[in-house]
Amino acid sequence: MAAAELTPTEYISHHLTFLTEPIGNGAFWALNVDSLVMSVLTGLIGVGFFWWIARGATSGVPTKRQAFVELAVEFIDDQVKGVFHGDRHKLIAPMALTVFVWVLLMNATDFLPVDLVVGFFHLLGFEHWRPVPTADVNTTFALSLSVWVLTIYFAIVVKGFGGWLHELFCAPFGAFPLLWPANLLFNLVEYISKPLSHSLRLFGNMYAGEIIFLLLWLWASTGKVGTAAAIVLGLGWAIFHILIVVLQAFIFMMLTVVYISMAHESH
Amino acid sequence: MEKMQFLAMIQAYTGIGIGLIIGLGAAGACIGVGIMCSRFLEGAARQPEMIPALQAKVFLLLGLIDASFIIGVGLAMLFAFGNPLLSVIK
Repeated sequence: MAAAELTPTEYISHHLTFLTEPIGNGAFWALNVDSLVMSVLTGLIGVGFFWWIARGATSGVPTKRQAFVELAVEFIDDQVKGVFHGDRHKLIAPMALTVFVWVLLMNATDFLPVDLVVGFFHLLGFEHWRPVPTADVNTTFALSLSVWVLTIYFAIVVKGFGGWLHELFCAPFGAFPLLWPANLLFNLVEYISKPLSHSLRLFGNMYAGEIIFLLLWLWASTGKVGTAAAIVLGLGWAIFHILIVVLQAFIFMMLTVVYISMAHESH
Repeated sequence: MEKMQFLAMIQAYTGIGIGLIIGLGAAGACIGVGIMCSRFLEGAARQPEMIPALQAKVFLLLGLIDASFIIGVGLAMLFAFGNPLLSVIK
């Protein structure tokens, strides 16, 4: 990437700017094209891989690829079985597998060296490109708000609309009319904090990880000692980040399953 | 020159704020993880056959305990590189 002399702040800001395209007026209707493209791409890769293996699956001796897919499916099934006690094969377990694989792949784009990715997209004519979709608040909120809508949908399906309203106003303190505001407040706090924490946890981990990477690599621009320190610490942080990537995908998937199974319970 | 003084004041206090966010968040997260892991070790010593089941839960809880701290780090980075408080003097 041909670079004029960038100050450290400019380097970091350049790597933190999204490729934003407005499709209406105002800031709300601005699309982060890079996040959209990367999330769709990783989704196609993940789902496509599983579909390709499942299409050619045999019940005889499995190939290594099929064994890998069976490992993943069994792992997710075990985790869901421990949390959700209804019919998990209809929706919950496949959704958990999809969420896990997709979020894992989206997080894993953080392993690509940022300068190389941006350099590649410079050649294609794009000025900015952020390759990690989950380091974008929009993506993580899209995922967690979809899960939130699903929890409300399942709560209404399982308890009925009247039952859901009753629970909104009468749990956890009791059905006495004077307690209705307190119950509503409690439930509203829960309804607001769950999707917020669900999405911001994933976003914060990926975003902070990326910034720490950028700061460590900036250190390498200060000379030989800086480069040596950046290599050592950057390697350590990269290895730690591998754990974080997998862990955050797992946590996102587990919380999805836990929230939806909580919606199936009645008090 | 007035503007420089205002700029310096905003930057200084923002710097202190960033340090507090990250430092206090790290303290809370580390103490919480330490308590959780000490309980895990105690449970593992009493019942070694439970170790695989407990270990999965330990990693899950690790991520949950770290959440507020990481959100704080994200916010602190926002203040470090895109400080919205500077817009009042631009």
